[in-house]
Amino acid sequence: MSSALAGYLARRVGQAVLVLWAAFTVTFAILYLLPSDPVAVMLGGGQGEQVDVDPAQLAALRAEHGLDDPLPVQYAAALWRTLHLDLGTSISNGAPVTRLIADALPQTALLAAAAFALALVLGVATALASTWARWGWVRSLLLALPPLGVSLPTFWVGLLLIQLLSFRVPVFPALGNEGAASLVLPAVTLAVPVSASIAQVLARGLRTALAEPYVETARAKGASRARVHLRHALRNATIPALTIAGVIVGNLLAGAVVVETVFSRVGIGRLTVSAVNGQDIPLVQGLVLLAAAVFVATNLVVDLLYPVVDPRIRLLGGARASARRTARATARPVVGSTS
Amino acid sequence: MSSTSRPAPPESVLDVLEIEQRYRRRAGALGARRARRPGRRLPAWVRRPDLLLAVAVVALVLAWALVPSVFTGQSPIDGVPADRLQGPSAAHPFGTDHLGRDLFARVVHGSRLTLQATVLAVLIGLVAGSAIGLVAGFVRGVVDDVAMRVVDVLLSIPALLLSMALITALGFGTVKVAIAVGIGTVANFARVMRSEVLKVGAAVYVEAARASGVRTSAVLLRHVLPNAAGPVLALSALEFGIAVLAVSALSFLGFGAPPPAPEWGSLVSGGRDYLATAWWLTTLPGLVVAAVVLSANRIARALERRTAA
Amino acid sequence: MSAPLLQVSDLRISYGSGSHRREVVHGVSFEVHPGEVVAVVGESGSGKSTTAHAVVGLLPASGAVDGGSVRLEGEELVGLPERAWRSVRGARIGLVPQDPTLSLNPVKRVGEQVAEALVVHGLARGAAARAQAVELLTAAGLPDAGVRARQYPAELSGGMRQRVLIAVGLAAGPRLLVADEPTSALDVTVQRQVLDHLEHLRRESGTAVLFITHDLAVAADRASRVVVMSQGRVVETGSARQVLTAPRHPYTASLVASAPSLSSARVTALPRAAASAVPAPAAPAAPVGRAAAGAGEPLVQVRSLVKEFALPGRGRTQRAVDGVSFSIGRGETLGLVGESGSGKTTTARLVLGLERPTSGQVLVEGRDTAGLRGRAWRELRRRMQLVYQNPYASLDPRVAVGETVAEPLRAFGVGDRASRRRRAAELLEKVQLPADVLERRPAELSGGQRQRVAIARALALDPELVVCDEPVSALDVSVQARILELLVQLQADQGLSYLFISHDLAVVRQISDRVGVMRHGELVELAPTAEVFTRPRHPYTVELLEAIPGRRALEEVP
Repeated sequence: MSSALAGYLARRVGQAVLVLWAAFTVTFAILYLLPSDPVAVMLGGGQGEQVDVDPAQLAALRAEHGLDDPLPVQYAAALWRTLHLDLGTSISNGAPVTRLIADALPQTALLAAAAFALALVLGVATALASTWARWGWVRSLLLALPPLGVSLPTFWVGLLLIQLLSFRVPVFPALGNEGAASLVLPAVTLAVPVSASIAQVLARGLRTALAEPYVETARAKGASRARVHLRHALRNATIPALTIAGVIVGNLLAGAVVVETVFSRVGIGRLTVSAVNGQDIPLVQGLVLLAAAVFVATNLVVDLLYPVVDPRIRLLGGARASARRTARATARPVVGSTS
Repeated sequence: MSSTSRPAPPESVLDVLEIEQRYRRRAGALGARRARRPGRRLPAWVRRPDLLLAVAVVALVLAWALVPSVFTGQSPIDGVPADRLQGPSAAHPFGTDHLGRDLFARVVHGSRLTLQATVLAVLIGLVAGSAIGLVAGFVRGVVDDVAMRVVDVLLSIPALLLSMALITALGFGTVKVAIAVGIGTVANFARVMRSEVLKVGAAVYVEAARASGVRTSAVLLRHVLPNAAGPVLALSALEFGIAVLAVSALSFLGFGAPPPAPEWGSLVSGGRDYLATAWWLTTLPGLVVAAVVLSANRIARALERRTAA
Repeated sequence: MSAPLLQVSDLRISYGSGSHRREVVHGVSFEVHPGEVVAVVGESGSGKSTTAHAVVGLLPASGAVDGGSVRLEGEELVGLPERAWRSVRGARIGLVPQDPTLSLNPVKRVGEQVAEALVVHGLARGAAARAQAVELLTAAGLPDAGVRARQYPAELSGGMRQRVLIAVGLAAGPRLLVADEPTSALDVTVQRQVLDHLEHLRRESGTAVLFITHDLAVAADRASRVVVMSQGRVVETGSARQVLTAPRHPYTASLVASAPSLSSARVTALPRAAASAVPAPAAPAAPVGRAAAGAGEPLVQVRSLVKEFALPGRGRTQRAVDGVSFSIGRGETLGLVGESGSGKTTTARLVLGLERPTSGQVLVEGRDTAGLRGRAWRELRRRMQLVYQNPYASLDPRVAVGETVAEPLRAFGVGDRASRRRRAAELLEKVQLPADVLERRPAELSGGQRQRVAIARALALDPELVVCDEPVSALDVSVQARILELLVQLQADQGLSYLFISHDLAVVRQISDRVGVMRHGELVELAPTAEVFTRPRHPYTVELLEAIPGRRALEEVP
């Protein structure tokens, strides 16, 4: 391993840790510093209803959650606990936040994995087909699909699928977590916007790559369309597409919030909705941190993949990496949030 | 403010030169071609009817929000119990709900709350994000580094979750949803504005203006901002669509205005109990959301293409 | 005489569709015989590249052959289905593309890219193909081909990449090689080496070459026959020598006249009053500058200028400019020549104060300007202005030409709106642009017109020194010549001093009083123009002089 590459990797890991710490700080700031009084919120049981609060009870709760300490002390204590993977206890039912998350995670991971696999296949296929097709109208049709996919509200797609495939033609169950069949509709719903994002970015990358002079060189050698697409353009188009991997994973998590609500599935998404409804601050913070951690981990994996896909990073290390960083920062957000 | 740019590593300088040469060739070819093209051109709306349709859809829903009574005479709040759960008809184009309220009236009136929240959210993102991006891109140095790290962090949390965390702290309601969604879009505006400012700031014509003695503030106003504004405008249209989706999703999840006030998201969620019997209750309001978002995307693409050309 | 290998007859090509369809190649005919080198020469928009692409069947999607024929060894290529084309491309017609930086796939090893040309035609596979690729690279003149074959394009220099592309083009043993501006992106010395080697390979293999270039001198050097194209038509065909020495078509004649490397005469200014008179011969037109240059203090003095850039990584730096000293007299033109990376542009930017030197001084009338900031730095703009290389990038696309020209006046609060407008109109007249250009935007102007606008802007504040950074290298030769004439005329009228930066020794010769040659950041030679060309002292200068194209065709006995 070259020193350029080692330096590149060390910087990536360092940045990942930094982003996580900052994400913790931001959520702490949002949840504990905004005007609302967490304790009053806790006692009010959400929805801001005013309850007559016994001052003694209030003080006790403050002490219990360390809220009567000076702010820096609170922050340091919270950070210290979080570093030990202790995210506190849920206000609504007193269970440790980590346990609640651990219980819900497998179902969501399953849903997200299924949706991602589906989205990857659909997205790559659409992108390849849209640049491959010889007839103009087929190309236009395929190119119109991704913008449509990112425009459809996820909750609406889910409800439409239930109407059609659970009620009109009862093929799949409408609700619940039971069995593989119950996974199909939620996974398809979640895959629609994600596959559209993949298709959009990959198709854009393919079009760019196919216009590059090296494609002409390949064609001048006598290479076939298939060879030009798969051996030359696709690999170059993958590089910009990788930059949105973190966003894709974030979209899967955010999408799960809606999809699990629509299909009444147990999981991280439902947990989030109920945490927000109950203004369960420790639980919300734990869930946001989880999302940030997943995002950061994904980007770290992508950063490790870059040198494999793009030899220029292997050769030039930092210089290229910073160029790519800028590329990521400037990539147009063609990807809508999954809502 | 001196005009000296930061010493750049020669490799990247070479890269820039290469790109410039490419640009020169293409621009040269294009320029020559454009100059010779015959002058008669069809008006834009004939060549792109889908864009016209998209503009019409957005204009229509904005009109719904501003003057709902022009489009429907029926009350969005009070229903006629006898007419409950009727399918779409001439009297009720979108059908009626379980309380006999006209769904079309509820969608038209619902556009007020939903679009209010959307516009407010986009404005928050546009103003705050552009300001951050402009300062970061123009001042550079430490300010830029700090601002971009903050943006990185905001981007590391999925927008919907960030909005939900903010709602936890702020409480429920249309305006609070708008603020929560708006803060979620700040990062996007900031990075696009910054990258445009950097790009335009590195353009030869900007240096040429400086080298001919134009003051920094004048360079910023006359050259950088007008050239950077295009992509930010395109992003605003895109974010409008995304914000409609986010606002309706949060409203669907029950964080928006309390019933019976109509919002597009809560209208869809209200129809969930009648999925098997009254398809229109979920389908039609959702279709309106989809049409608006698709139209916003189409407009964004057209704006983006215009600024790219 | 043998049967032609390639026969193009009455070829018509158009771009676009529907009402936007426009014919760009109007009935072009020429032949290439086996083993022969034929050069197609033309300026941008002449259709030369389009014709070349039609020959390899790689027109862009919007282009189509409307009529005529392209026959390879008697077989019609026009209308060939894509599948059939595949066995023609590479195997029977090779292509050496224009841009060595972008024409190789950045994520594949170069050996693999050469081997691909063998693999797709079933000539070799796997290890055998790789071994053969190394042989081909060696033959193309790539040193250490075995090691290089395992590297990626980013690790090779421009010249090496072009050698790889030559290996790709020749890999499958085609009888015809189409070389589309194969060396235009390279430095002159590298260009010469690559072209010499290509010629050597061609002699050995007997491959015919269709050589596309904008440079008449290069074409004449390398080809036995030259086809001159203009606006989609062939205007002249003949032997290289005949085209250069006795052009029949007026267009060819003007091309020969404006090619800088073919003439040694200095561009001279006409007296304003006698603008219509016959230009005086070159010798007596003693440049206004030279007389003035002797008198008094030089306008600009540069002393031991050093500029270092930080390289990525800890504390490493690269010296872009290394101990450069020179002076520019009033009314004088100093030419700075060097290849890419020689530090000539950085030097110019240091003189202008757009970069800060690491050490050394820039004296303007004896006053050091290197450390100036703020107000004092801006005041310097009144005295020194810059004309950029690329007129497509140096004008704000959103601002009307009149405003661009008047902008420096506005910046210094000169006059009111109306007087600035009058001044802008005057300036445009001075650079010989029609008055209606005032309201137009840069996109509506040609490259040459844009460069005139940039010159007008540079003159707005009546500066004493104008730094011209490759002001003509983005332009066609005929336009180049006119811009150079304009610069000389303006100098004569206003007593300007020029610092003229160029990679092209021939262009510098046409305009400079003295010439400095830069290499690796150092000024290796500085002498009066005539001396540099007749008695070069530094070996690198000699090398540069020898690389100027257009000599062989005139010297060699046909």
